[in-house]
Amino acid sequence: MLNQGAALDQVFQALADPTRRWMVERLSRGPASVSELAKPLTMSLPAVVQHLQVLEQSGLVRSEKVGRVRTCRMQAEGLRTAEHWINQRRDAWERRLDRLGEFLAETDPEPKKRARKK
Amino acid sequence: MPTSEKRSVVHSTFRLERSFDASPERVFQAFSQLESKAKWFSGPEQWVAHEREFDFRVGGREVLSGGPKGATPHTFDARYFDIVPNQRIVYAYDMYVGERKLSVSLATIELRAQGKGTHLVMTEQGAYLDGVEDGSQREAGTKELLEKLGRSLTDFVA
Repeated sequence: MLNQGAALDQVFQALADPTRRWMVERLSRGPASVSELAKPLTMSLPAVVQHLQVLEQSGLVRSEKVGRVRTCRMQAEGLRTAEHWINQRRDAWERRLDRLGEFLAETDPEPKKRARKK
Repeated sequence: MPTSEKRSVVHSTFRLERSFDASPERVFQAFSQLESKAKWFSGPEQWVAHEREFDFRVGGREVLSGGPKGATPHTFDARYFDIVPNQRIVYAYDMYVGERKLSVSLATIELRAQGKGTHLVMTEQGAYLDGVEDGSQREAGTKELLEKLGRSLTDFVA
């Protein structure tokens, strides 16, 4: 899961590579087979599989083999849970209150003596 | 709606506190006057506004609808339940993405004079419904996470 320190390290490591970031972006739009993922990439299939293994170990992606086709999908439960939305809501309020503070400072009828930000 | 859809509710409360170098009257104005509120209460800057309604009185309604250009709009639809000038505002609201309801919440803003300034406490109690998301949100959520991670990685490297 994304909220554990060690797991987060793995996620960061997994996403430190541009190929893997591309894979995650692609999979966030929907599942894809390994060969579909490999197609636009200019690397060997074993190299693609290796990247996928790193993503699987990080918990971001999981794959399932049906017949001869291995299908990969995003496993970012953390992104889907209500907790994610609640945190977003909270973050949105933090940003709003930041803006409220700036607004109040800009419209201060009695500007403080110290330099005000323009 | 398909009957196979999984129903769920998650309840959650969060509380934020801020101190402002401004009187309770000025902070209250920033909540009660449309022009002032528009300066700080809005979606991300790049969002496009679709609908705005603002009737700040007990029983009055506030609507703010908008979203990324071309994407499903997010709608905030609120009703004010208690207003004590310069001291307290209580409203309930639901959040939609398109036609789908994400959550129903009760928000309380408390203002207290603190020296020449104001201490604000905001408490939000919410019922988050069915883990609602649609494809576009999920993608946006993922993108956002990636961007955040990307930035922190850059910071880390730099």
